[in-house]
Amino acid sequence: MAILEIRNVTRRFGNLKAVDDVSLSIEAGEFFTLLGPSGCGKTTLLRMIAGFDEPDQGALFLEGRPLAGIPPEKRPVHTVFQSYALFPHMSVAQNIAFPLRMAGKDEDEIRRRLKETLELVHLSDKAQHFPHELSGGQKQRVALARGLINKPRLLLLDEPLGALDAKLREQMEGELIALQREVGITFVFVTHSQQEALALSHRIAVMNEGRIEQVDRPEQIYGYPKNRFVADFIGTINLLPVEVCEATHGHLRLAVAGLGEIIAPALAGVKAGERGMFALRPEQVRVSARHEAQELHNHYHGKVRDYLYLGDVTVYKVELDNGVLLEALLANSAPGRAKFFEIGDTLGVGWRHDSGVYLRD
Amino acid sequence: MTDFSTDSATRPHESGRDSRVTQWLVSLPPTLFLLVFFLAPALIMLVASFQYPGEFGGLAPLFIDGQANLSLETYRFFFSDLIYAEIFLRSFLVAAATTLICLILAYPLALTIAHSPKRHRDLLVLLVILPFASNFLIRIYAWIILLGPANLLYTPFAVIAGMVYVHLPFMILPLYTNLEKHDPALLEAAQDLGAGAWTRFWRVTFPLSLPGIWSGTALVFIPVLGMFAIPELLGGTGDILIGNLIKEQFLDNRDWPLGSTLSLLLTLAVLLLAGFSAWAGRTRRRLA
Ligand SMILES: Nc1ncnc2c1ncn2[C@@H]1O[C@H](COP(=O)(O)OP(=O)(O)O)[C@@H](O)[C@H]1O
Ligand SMILES: [Mg+2]
Repeated sequence: MAILEIRNVTRRFGNLKAVDDVSLSIEAGEFFTLLGPSGCGKTTLLRMIAGFDEPDQGALFLEGRPLAGIPPEKRPVHTVFQSYALFPHMSVAQNIAFPLRMAGKDEDEIRRRLKETLELVHLSDKAQHFPHELSGGQKQRVALARGLINKPRLLLLDEPLGALDAKLREQMEGELIALQREVGITFVFVTHSQQEALALSHRIAVMNEGRIEQVDRPEQIYGYPKNRFVADFIGTINLLPVEVCEATHGHLRLAVAGLGEIIAPALAGVKAGERGMFALRPEQVRVSARHEAQELHNHYHGKVRDYLYLGDVTVYKVELDNGVLLEALLANSAPGRAKFFEIGDTLGVGWRHDSGVYLRD
Repeated sequence: MTDFSTDSATRPHESGRDSRVTQWLVSLPPTLFLLVFFLAPALIMLVASFQYPGEFGGLAPLFIDGQANLSLETYRFFFSDLIYAEIFLRSFLVAAATTLICLILAYPLALTIAHSPKRHRDLLVLLVILPFASNFLIRIYAWIILLGPANLLYTPFAVIAGMVYVHLPFMILPLYTNLEKHDPALLEAAQDLGAGAWTRFWRVTFPLSLPGIWSGTALVFIPVLGMFAIPELLGGTGDILIGNLIKEQFLDNRDWPLGSTLSLLLTLAVLLLAGFSAWAGRTRRRLA
C-alpha cells in the first residue's frame, strides 16, 4: 500500500491553479522527487502534505487515513526547509532534540537518540555550537538531523540544497542518498534541478503549471519523456517536427521536413498521418569524419556550426545539409574521438534506428 | 567552506586603518557629548554630595581659608533615617509594577502589530506614539478628571495607572521592533516538528524576544524611578517617590548636597541592578 496517496488535489490562489488536479501515490521507503520549474506548484503541494495548507478539491491520505483537518503539529510528517529554519537561540543539540521533546520522550531516550543522530550526520563535535557558528553544509545537516530524529512517516525536503555552492551540493547529494538508504524513511524531495532529481530519486514526478506531466523512474523520464515539456525540461534534446508515415509493431517511419524519412522506435497507439516531434538526445547522435557513419540507417551530412568544450565532453552544433540543426555530444576520452572538429568541418551525422523517441503533440 | 572564512577574514585588513579612522571621527561628537553632559555633571554631583549647602541655596565654597570644607553629613543623614530607605524601596516597587504591567499590556499589542499586514504596521506604530503629540501635563490632568469622580485620585492605583499610561509606548516600540524581525519560518518549523501554539510561543517567540523585553524594561523602569510629576499630581501624600524627594531638595529645601547624594545613590542602585541582571542572564545562558 502506498504510504502517501494524493487524490485529485487542486489548490487555487484567486484565478491561478497553483496545483491542478494532481494525483500521486508514493511508496514506503521511496526517495520521491517533485521536479519542475520555479512557480509550478511544488511548494504548494508540499505545504498541503505538511498541513500548512488544505486542498480546495481532492484529498490526501497518509497510510490510508485522510489527512484533512489534521494540523501540522499532529502529522507524522517533518519538513526540511530551504532556509533551514534552525532555532538561533538553541544549540545544535537542542535544535535536533526539539522534535523528541515535543513528542514528550524521556531524557534517557532523548540522550541516546541525539547521540545516534549526531553520529549519523557527522556532527558529534558540533553538538554545543550555535547555528550562527556553522557553515552552510553543517546547517543543512542539522536541519536534516532535526527532521529525521523522531522518525517521521515522511520527510519533506523543499529545495534543501538550493543555498549551497556547487561542490558542496554534490557532496550533500551523496550524503542524502546514503542517509535515506540508512534510515529507510520515505523522502519527498522538491527541486527545480533536473540533475539533482536524476541523481537522487527512485522516482520523479515532473510538474508544470500545477499539473503532473510524467511520473517515472529517472532513466525512464530521461530516456522516454512522455511529451515535449518533459523532453525539453530534462537535459538537452534535439526536437524535429515530424509526420508519421507508417506505424508498425517494430518501428515508426517518420517524415522530417527537408530530411526525408527516418526510422524511430515504435510507440503504442501511434497512427499513420499524425504529427508530432522526434526527440533525440545529443549523446545519441554519432558524428564522425565524412563517410564513416554510413552503416547507420539514419545518416546525413552536415557542417560544424559551433561547439562547446566542457572538458569531459564537447557539444557540437551541426547543421545538416538541408538546414536542420542538431546537437551532438562527444566524450573526449573515447578512442578515436580525441580529435576536435573545427567550425566549418564537414561531418557524417547519424543515429541508430532504435534511438530517440516520438512525442505526440 | 574555508575559502569563505579566509575571504572575510582578509577583507577588514585591507582597508582597516581607513575605516578605523572614519569610525573614530564619526563616533567622536556623540562621545564628547556624553562626556561633557553626562560624565561631567555626575562628577560635579559626586563632589556636591560631600559639600555643605550654601546659606541661600546652592553650595558652600569647597575651600575656606585653605581648608577643605567637606563632610559626610548627607550620607549620615540618609542612612540614619529609615524613611529614605522606605521611599527607595517604594520607588523600586512602583517601577517594577509599572514595568511588569507595561510588559503584559505591550506584548500582545506588539505581537498583533508585528503580525498584521505590512501596509498597516506603520499606521499602527504611529497610533502608539500619537499621545506624544499632546503635552504630557495635559494628559496627566486628563487622568485627574477621569479618576476624580471614581474616587481613585491620590491613591497608589492612580500613580501606577498614570505611570503605565505614560510609559507604555516605550515598552511597545522596542518589543515590536524585535518581534517584527522574527523569521516566520521558525514558527512553521516548530509547528512542523510537533509544537502546539502555546509551546511555539514559549519555546520560540518569547526567548527570541528577550532583547526587546530588556530594552523595553530599561526604557520604562529607569524613567519611572526618576519621575516626580505623576506622583505629585495623581498620588497622595504617602505616594512620594525618589524623584519627588530629589526634586524637593533642589527646589524647595535648597539642600543641593542631599539632593546630589540621593541622585547618586539612585544611579548606583540602578547600575547595581543592571549589572546583576546582566550577570544573571549570562549565568542562565551558560547553564541552559
Ligand atoms: N499564498 C499564496 N498566495 C497567492 N499565490 C500563491 C501563494 N503561494 C503560492 N502562490 C503562487 O502559486 C504558484 C506556485 O507557487 P509555488 O508552489 O511556491 O511554486 P514552486 O515551489 O514550484 O516554485 C506561484 O505562481 C505562486 O506565485
Ligand atoms: Mg518552492
